[in-house]
Amino acid sequence: MSRELILNKIRQNRPKERVEMPQNISFEANFSDKIEKFTEVLRGIGGTVLAFENIDDISEDLNPQILKSSNPRILNNQAYVNNEFSDAKTTINLVPEIAFGNTDISKINDPHDLAPVDVAILRGQFGVAENGSIWLDESDFGGHRVLPFITQHLIIVLDKKKIFNNMHEAYAQLDITKTGFGLFLAGPSKTADIEQSLVIGAHGARSLVVLLTDS
Amino acid sequence: MNHAQASDIFNIDEPRVNWHDESLWFIRQKRDKAAWTLPEWETLRGLASQIKDHTLANMDTLLEQFEAKAQANGITIHWAVDAQEHNDIVLNIMKKHGFKKIVKSKSMLTEECHLNPYLEKNGIEVIDTDLGERIVQLRNEPPSHIVMPAIHLKKQDIGDTFHEHLGTQKGATDPQYLTEAARQHLRVKFIAADIALTGVNFAIAETGGFVVCTNEGNADMGAHLAKVHVACMGFEKIIPRAEHLGVFLRLLARSATGQPITTYSSHFQKPREGQEMHIVIVDNGRSTQLGRPDFRNSLKCIRCGACMNTCPVYRRSGGHSYHSAVAGPIGIILAPNLNMKKNADLPFASTLCGSCTNVCPVKIDIHDQIWKWRQEVVKEGYVDFSKKQGIKLMNTVLSNPKIYRLAGKIGRSTMRFAPFLVNNGLNPWYKQRDMPEAPKESFRDWYLKNRK
Amino acid sequence: MKVGLFIPCYVDQFYPKVGIATLELLEKLGCEVHFPLNQTCCGQPMANSGFASLSKGCDANFIDNFAGFDYIVAPSGSCVLHIKEHLHSEKDPEKADILRGRVFELVEFLTDILKVENIESSFPHRVGLHNSCHGQRMLGLSSMSERVGEPFSKPISLLKKVEGLDLVTLERSDECCGFGGTFCVTEEAVSVKMGKDRVADHLAHQVEYITGGDMSCLMHMEGILKRQKRAVKVIHIAEILNSK
Repeated sequence: MSRELILNKIRQNRPKERVEMPQNISFEANFSDKIEKFTEVLRGIGGTVLAFENIDDISEDLNPQILKSSNPRILNNQAYVNNEFSDAKTTINLVPEIAFGNTDISKINDPHDLAPVDVAILRGQFGVAENGSIWLDESDFGGHRVLPFITQHLIIVLDKKKIFNNMHEAYAQLDITKTGFGLFLAGPSKTADIEQSLVIGAHGARSLVVLLTDS
Repeated sequence: MNHAQASDIFNIDEPRVNWHDESLWFIRQKRDKAAWTLPEWETLRGLASQIKDHTLANMDTLLEQFEAKAQANGITIHWAVDAQEHNDIVLNIMKKHGFKKIVKSKSMLTEECHLNPYLEKNGIEVIDTDLGERIVQLRNEPPSHIVMPAIHLKKQDIGDTFHEHLGTQKGATDPQYLTEAARQHLRVKFIAADIALTGVNFAIAETGGFVVCTNEGNADMGAHLAKVHVACMGFEKIIPRAEHLGVFLRLLARSATGQPITTYSSHFQKPREGQEMHIVIVDNGRSTQLGRPDFRNSLKCIRCGACMNTCPVYRRSGGHSYHSAVAGPIGIILAPNLNMKKNADLPFASTLCGSCTNVCPVKIDIHDQIWKWRQEVVKEGYVDFSKKQGIKLMNTVLSNPKIYRLAGKIGRSTMRFAPFLVNNGLNPWYKQRDMPEAPKESFRDWYLKNRK
Repeated sequence: MKVGLFIPCYVDQFYPKVGIATLELLEKLGCEVHFPLNQTCCGQPMANSGFASLSKGCDANFIDNFAGFDYIVAPSGSCVLHIKEHLHSEKDPEKADILRGRVFELVEFLTDILKVENIESSFPHRVGLHNSCHGQRMLGLSSMSERVGEPFSKPISLLKKVEGLDLVTLERSDECCGFGGTFCVTEEAVSVKMGKDRVADHLAHQVEYITGGDMSCLMHMEGILKRQKRAVKVIHIAEILNSK
């Protein structure tokens, strides 16, 4: 049997010296502000990052265009979503704090039927500052793994206190066996396969907006 | 055609070589920038190397652990001794279901096994969904780089191909426009696919799960819609623990393209409800390589492509000149194991500069292995008779003091008094370089006169 | 200290002035220097072509000529690397071991062994430094662009001591020149293209001289410069350090 052939050959041929396995790996990060770092990195890779809560102490830097230009003034996630995606035809929202969404995902049985989705709003579990990524798993997708990929535009609501410095910190508290599928998602889909020109929007979502919240 | 012959042709169009070289050097620089953001970069490389060393030494038990965990999660595990068996397994899964259409995300392993032509011969429509791979598929060429399959193509080339196959406007080259066309075209394919095939970046023994990294989201668009998901992996993709992903995911994208992480790092643990998930574990010469003490470290490779981006020879000869699924420095040390005769030229496609070894995130001693493969290739007799005789003659001259001095004198005299004998088309050096000036005295001659 | 001078075969035959400069420089710095008369070649051309199995002749000849010296110094990173890594003797393995530990490339000998403070030399010209790969990456003559860490350079530390020398910063500080031994003729197209690109980098920075620690690299670039009819000259670092 192939399995035995392969494993026997491996047993025979593998190096016999003992090599200790590194574990409990950790590194100090030197970020003075994890939230700032997360925001900077995610913006650098094509994501939009906004934070509307506690509007008094938000730095200009965090929401320059929104604060300066829009009329009416956008002061919270709800207003932002209403304003930006008012003409989206098919929308799914899995964040009950925001009133949005015209399609009930629990009524959808076949993931192929999600093809027309324009906007999906999901809650992220935590973020990683060093690379602007957010961990989500299939429990965040309303029963369909394809949702964050098949939607044209993706909005993720993330508690800004749940941001780790680096991947070691992330994995230290993450049990990936607790879910059938999970991912680190960092920005909108993209490609540079055509003469190294970066194009945002490949096969996954064309855009990613992250709404940082206080809780 | 061997590497030298292919490179001769590649170098005819010098401006294009410059463009190819600069494109890849730019990526090398992005990698440098990303590496410098982590003061612990070299320590991370050391950890990654050690994790992989431990993996090689425990390969059998880790694979058994992986298999048991994956099976407990409802995944079907297959083992393939060689490329043919791998291809048959994939075809049989499709036949069992009566499937005719497959979408694939990037898998260098399937390239190595020549899966696509085999499936197509058997009446299957195969669609490569990574944009770069789709481009070369439409053009009927192999990928030239493991991470950027179409790096050798200019946007005009791609525009022409898309005009021919996707109906884009003639002469259109805007990357945004072309990518949008590919998005629409491939979206239809994702929705219609019965079965999706992905590669495996990392398989975790501790959990029985695996990770697939993409920027485009094509692996996920395939896997989460199709009724059947087949993931193909060389057995060396195994790592012991989930926490090790922290090390590898920090190194992989930074080494490959200078990004801190790919857009999607998808962790597959169980099939979705109603879906069938298969993993094909492939040997195809890897267990042989594992048994070569000088070359087994090549199995630590995480397929980042950093060695290709930095290699001054690869940048100026192009991936196709290596006539292998995996090109560049890592290709040089993997390919001879698969077929030494066919790939005997590859270890000589290098100046042994060592840049590759120093960008490798898992510290493979690439340039040392390239030197060692040269010895192996010669030992097995895969060297030109005339080259062998030439080297033997050179050795006679250079190891014999009297012959050496005489040959030197004659050589210099010839160059001084009958330069046409040396400065001509038969002398490959002379094609594009002047010969060095031939002095009257050697250093030894001067020494005897002035010091002794 | 008794220093055995090891002159690479192509330096002996084509660039004796580099040997002369090396000898004079070491003598100036207080070394007792001998040139064993029956030395030939380190064996690298054969070994790098896959014929390390033929190395007995060159190895034996090297051991014969250089046994008994405190240090063996050569103006060549690649030759020194080859000896350090591959010199061996079935007859007398300890002898080979000892010699491997005593062989030094010129720059590292000056900085690490002689620990040179001052160099009485003047070279008022614009110079580009070519970091030969074997010396840089394998002998550790300087840090490399691939690695994250504290930058350092033994050759630059010496060149800084030379009066009037204007050292330029290149676009690609440590890309290979493409000589690569027999590679220079077996893969002629790529070899020359690599050399042309290195030369172009130096030319873009208006150097008068290209220097380095390996005459093989410089010979290859010189061949291209001459074919292009450029005024730029190549010069071994020994010659710069030895110039008045």
